[in-house]
Amino acid sequence: MTATSTADPIVQAKDLNKSFGPVVGLNNCQFELFPGEVLAVVGDNGAGKSTLIKCLSGALIPDSGEMYINGEQVSFKSTHDARSKGVETVYQTLAVAPVLDISENLYLGREVRKKGILGKVFRSLDKKHMRETSTKSLGELGVLTVQNITQSVETLSGGQRQAVAVARAATFGSQVVILDEPTAALGVNESARVLKLIKELRDKGMSVILISHNMPQVFDVADRIHVQRLGRRAAVVTPETRTMNDVVAIMTGALTIPEEDQQLTPVR
Amino acid sequence: MSQSAPTTAAEEFAEHGKSPVQKVQATLHKYPWVSPFVVLALLIIIFSVLGFVFDVGALENFFKPGTISLMLQQTVIIGTLAIAQTIVILTAGIDLSIGAIMVFAQMMMANLAVYTTASNVTFMAGQNPVLAVILGIVVATLAGALNGFLVVRFNLPPFIVTLGTLSIFTALTLIIFKARTIQGKEMPEFMLLMNKDFQIAGIGFTVGLLVMIALYIIFAYILRGTAWGTHVYAVGDDPVASELSGINVKRVLFSVYVVAGFVIGIAAWITIGRTGSASPNVAPEINLETITAVVIGGTSLFGGRGRLLGTLIGTLIIVVLDFGLSLAGLDQAYRVLAIGILVIVAVAVDQWIRKVKA
Ligand SMILES: Nc1ncnc2c1ncn2[C@@H]1O[C@H](COP(=O)(O)OP(=O)(O)OP(=O)(O)O)[C@@H](O)[C@H]1O
Ligand SMILES: [Mg+2]
Repeated sequence: MTATSTADPIVQAKDLNKSFGPVVGLNNCQFELFPGEVLAVVGDNGAGKSTLIKCLSGALIPDSGEMYINGEQVSFKSTHDARSKGVETVYQTLAVAPVLDISENLYLGREVRKKGILGKVFRSLDKKHMRETSTKSLGELGVLTVQNITQSVETLSGGQRQAVAVARAATFGSQVVILDEPTAALGVNESARVLKLIKELRDKGMSVILISHNMPQVFDVADRIHVQRLGRRAAVVTPETRTMNDVVAIMTGALTIPEEDQQLTPVR
Repeated sequence: MSQSAPTTAAEEFAEHGKSPVQKVQATLHKYPWVSPFVVLALLIIIFSVLGFVFDVGALENFFKPGTISLMLQQTVIIGTLAIAQTIVILTAGIDLSIGAIMVFAQMMMANLAVYTTASNVTFMAGQNPVLAVILGIVVATLAGALNGFLVVRFNLPPFIVTLGTLSIFTALTLIIFKARTIQGKEMPEFMLLMNKDFQIAGIGFTVGLLVMIALYIIFAYILRGTAWGTHVYAVGDDPVASELSGINVKRVLFSVYVVAGFVIGIAAWITIGRTGSASPNVAPEINLETITAVVIGGTSLFGGRGRLLGTLIGTLIIVVLDFGLSLAGLDQAYRVLAIGILVIVAVAVDQWIRKVKA
């Protein structure tokens, strides 16, 4: 390996395996995310991208392999465990509850209770606080112009729902934000805002994993590109040294890159 | 920080672009208890007009304090059990064992409170009615826990699980307590506490009615004001999204059945008071009646949507129909017919409301 930097990965996975019955989702998959970088994960449909990030975010439990956050070995049993380590995720399926309103969705699973006896004994939710902070962070992110924070999510368009999911991750992510095809349902303007948001997150010092099929977007924001193929990591390259055609060729197996020509160390 | 939503051209367009029908749809979507409320109001108006203007049957007695007292008392058993049913249905489940567990619990309470040596249940020798009631409630809660355990642990559909426990608790009632009805006069005073009544403006209220109303207020708060309540809605709406959002879906589901069991236990005590006895044959239709009240009340059988207030109104609709039609001199069959039509209309309306878009 061409070790040029000594930074330790913030998220690391070694030899992850995950099968769904006879279907192999991950096959001895390696993974590293370094602090403060945007790592794109690309690959064909079914290459195991979603499976990989679901393991990293606690939504799936790998059959075998090791995972580390900041060098500390972790075994997430639920997304809650990952969240408590500062890992926030926007899933491909968005994971919002349509009947609940925007603010309730932002705080779903981490509701804030009122102070004092009302909260402690009567478990009363501080809806006012949650609505105010939701409005504020949605406004700051600029990804969504909402009329009403108490509007139920099912009355939002697909793009607006996606924006809510992205806003949730961006609001609560303290170390790592994982985005699984966050711009899939978005128009040109909204996509541009999400890409800008990703850069802002990086500038704030957060590390971002971005899954996308959109090569121009990937080449726009990514520091490094992790190419997933048949459940394993085929290569890690940079947008500077490789073309989009190269990356597609790696995805399909037409091109293999020897390890010494890959970018397995941080570029930032 | 500005909280008021600015009115943009796009928003105004959205508002004006809605047809009146869409506006109704959006309103019902936001306030699911409105349609049952309208139905209830219409029923009361129709019965009044028929009674006072057209002098049909004995309907002019509809607003007599005695009739109102009776109607209120008639709501307590269905109304209390329908709270349990609502919470379960909000998670996209259903509880067919509500009646069977209630009967089991009330037979247990009565037997523990009354019998000395004549029964299989002898250890308390009829000494302590308070303990008898508490044990009955505990047993109902445990029965709910059994439902929850089977649903969560083995991933069985609630319909199947509660169909099974319906039979099991019906059988256990007969096996353990025989088919023996215990009359109120055999029981200690405390067992009939829920039937203690008092008058306000000539209308008779019972303790049981107050307890039911208190339960509605408490559970309405829990469902809308606490994280657990939010999670009940979320799990019923989309369990996968809930799990990904960090909610322990299994724990929420399990707790829902436990809570339902607890409410059923209280309903058992109320039923002893209301019927003045403990009988294995009390309220044979109660399962379907609670489901009917919930559905007419605007709660969706598909989960995640509905309000407890709707269920209370749904219960009132059933009782008002019952009294209205019988005061009009019509056969019970018409009441059954009317309920059947209401259920189908309610589910159809629910399907329509669910299609609402921004
Ligand atoms: N819950 C599951 N049950 C069964 N098979 C699954 C499940 N989840 C994923 N798979 C299978 O695992 C493989 C990898 O799926 P995964 O969703 O990770 O692909 P992906 O790279 O995210 O694809 P896409 O670009 O289409 O989102 C596929 O063959 C898929 O069918
Ligand atoms: Mg995927």
